[in-house]
Amino acid sequence: MHESVGLDKVIKTHGSVRAVDHVSLSIQNGEFFSILGPSGSGKTTILRLIAGLDRPDQGDILIQQRVVNSDPPHERPVNMVFQHYALFPHLSVYENVAFGLKMKGEHQANIQKSVRHMLALVRLEGKETRLPGQLSGGEQQRVALARALINRPVVLLLDEPLAALDQQLRQEMQGELKRLQREVKATFICVTHQQDEAMMLSDRIAVMDRGKLLQVGTPQEIYDHPASSTVARFIGLSNVLSGTIARCEGTLCRVEHDVLPPVMATCSPRDSPQGGVTVMVRPERVHVSPDMSANGYDNRLQAIVHQVLFTGNEVVYHVRLRDEAIWMARVPIAEAQASPLVVGQPVYVQWWAHEGLVLPAHTAPC
Amino acid sequence: MVGTRGIGVARSYCTMLTSRSESSSALPVKLSLVSASLFMGLFFFLPLVLVFGVSLASRGMYGGISWIATLENYQRVFDPLVGVIFFRSLLLAGMTTVICAVVGFPLAYCLARASRQWQLILLTLVMIPFWTNFLVRTYAWVLIFRADGILNSLLIRLGLLDEPLSLLFTDVSVFVGLVYGYLPFMVLPLVAAIERISPLLEDAAFDLYASMGAMFRHVLLPLSKPGFLAGGVLVFIPSLGAFITPYLLGGGQNMMLGTFIQQEFLVARDWPFGSALSFGLMGTVLLLWFLLGRTSLGKDPS
Repeated sequence: MHESVGLDKVIKTHGSVRAVDHVSLSIQNGEFFSILGPSGSGKTTILRLIAGLDRPDQGDILIQQRVVNSDPPHERPVNMVFQHYALFPHLSVYENVAFGLKMKGEHQANIQKSVRHMLALVRLEGKETRLPGQLSGGEQQRVALARALINRPVVLLLDEPLAALDQQLRQEMQGELKRLQREVKATFICVTHQQDEAMMLSDRIAVMDRGKLLQVGTPQEIYDHPASSTVARFIGLSNVLSGTIARCEGTLCRVEHDVLPPVMATCSPRDSPQGGVTVMVRPERVHVSPDMSANGYDNRLQAIVHQVLFTGNEVVYHVRLRDEAIWMARVPIAEAQASPLVVGQPVYVQWWAHEGLVLPAHTAPC
Repeated sequence: MVGTRGIGVARSYCTMLTSRSESSSALPVKLSLVSASLFMGLFFFLPLVLVFGVSLASRGMYGGISWIATLENYQRVFDPLVGVIFFRSLLLAGMTTVICAVVGFPLAYCLARASRQWQLILLTLVMIPFWTNFLVRTYAWVLIFRADGILNSLLIRLGLLDEPLSLLFTDVSVFVGLVYGYLPFMVLPLVAAIERISPLLEDAAFDLYASMGAMFRHVLLPLSKPGFLAGGVLVFIPSLGAFITPYLLGGGQNMMLGTFIQQEFLVARDWPFGSALSFGLMGTVLLLWFLLGRTSLGKDPS
């Protein structure tokens, strides 16, 4: 595997805001890489830096192991699918898709052949003469993809590619994006604020917040071992409990809380946490039952059922702990129906020590 | 009379101005329609009918109007000498429009893409001249262009000239005055048009290998068309009929239609001929408008 795109200690400031703050990344050839973060976290700026639409204040941008800091956009083997697609409203589908090749001065016959091929690839045959305004959101999305991919970029940049689509179309386009990536064999770098989208599509995800890179890893790694509570909160739902470390043995820690009884949780072997920490437990790891389970879970807290939500295949219980914090527990429908709980019922919230993750607390407020 | 495409031009300008506020209930619409029709009828249509009536009358003995119907005034409109004035007016107005577009676009672009704060400052700067009387502003150009004026003394002091150029009372001074006077009317619709073009479209063009020039030709220019059309109409028509500028800066010799009509009314006291000339001017504008509508330029781009 070779590096397709690299960022080396890149800094970019917009006015007084550090949009990108010392970000280093290495994205491999053929990877589907997502940059996930809330709006204003600097993820779009990273795409613009790679595309050459913005220049870094400091640090280097590498494409195929070559520093491209001062190369203009048209000299980079990179194309972009813009947010809201930025299709040229006065040009037909054909002219939009042909735009890049026309600018490169390709032969008319070649352009025609390539456009036909591209439109077939994104399944838009027969719409050549339409204007973008006459297309549905999904079709516009396909035109934007075709317009970028026709130039055979080494890297395709996608800025919130699915944000403007409704739920059903979005799921359809997710599959479509994966298929296209397999067919064109390019590196896809996708910016999104939708964590489920990033999880489903990506080989690896980078999580960003306020210009800083918080964590890079596979979706599974990031979900199971978030580097901080900010990442944990951004990737999937999680229950948190703040406390102080009483003692650690290896990776097993005892965390004490002002009001609640102490809990056992694991910390990552990388860091040896001290003082104030956050314990995170995923809702699907939490067991809720009216009586103490015979399994002998490591942790047990008393709670009151606050809300019962049916989602079809599972039940989500919101329970209130003694410190007034609300925790969530996701229970498969069959299990929930076997022993239904009602609002106001006192219950025990239980989980294993290895399912609770100790995270440094200094990143907690978000 | 005006082709449907000509109406398309007007419509695209209107939607440009009003597109953000289209929701109003039926009653206020009817009320405003009635009041607008009354206003237009009283202050536009009625005077127009009067002028048309006068244009068909004859000149009286001592400069009055004698109500003898004749088409002679319209025959005189087609006199070659009048034709020269028509031609010069069309040429000057056309050049003014083109130069206003060329000079106005970069200015409008900067205005449209500036931050909110800067935009306010720059727009105010564009508007400030309107706070002063147009006559006074045009007269300022007389001071600049005069033989012993600011421009000549500056050029002589810099050693670029030995003798002052005669700038005043030439087509050049009229032209400069017209461009100066009507530039804001080009800039403001252009700003409105450019503001509606997403900057992402420019980025997209650059990302798709367009040079600055290609981006301008293929993206900015076609998408700014409504602004050019509206601005063009707003500059061309008033500069075709301009009167103060050619009067002050053009002197007596280089007459434009506006000055000519004014002279017929106030100096020659030939109201019927002046009225016929006015209708000739209006007819020319309508004819050009109609022709514009027939070209691809007049088509609504959306």
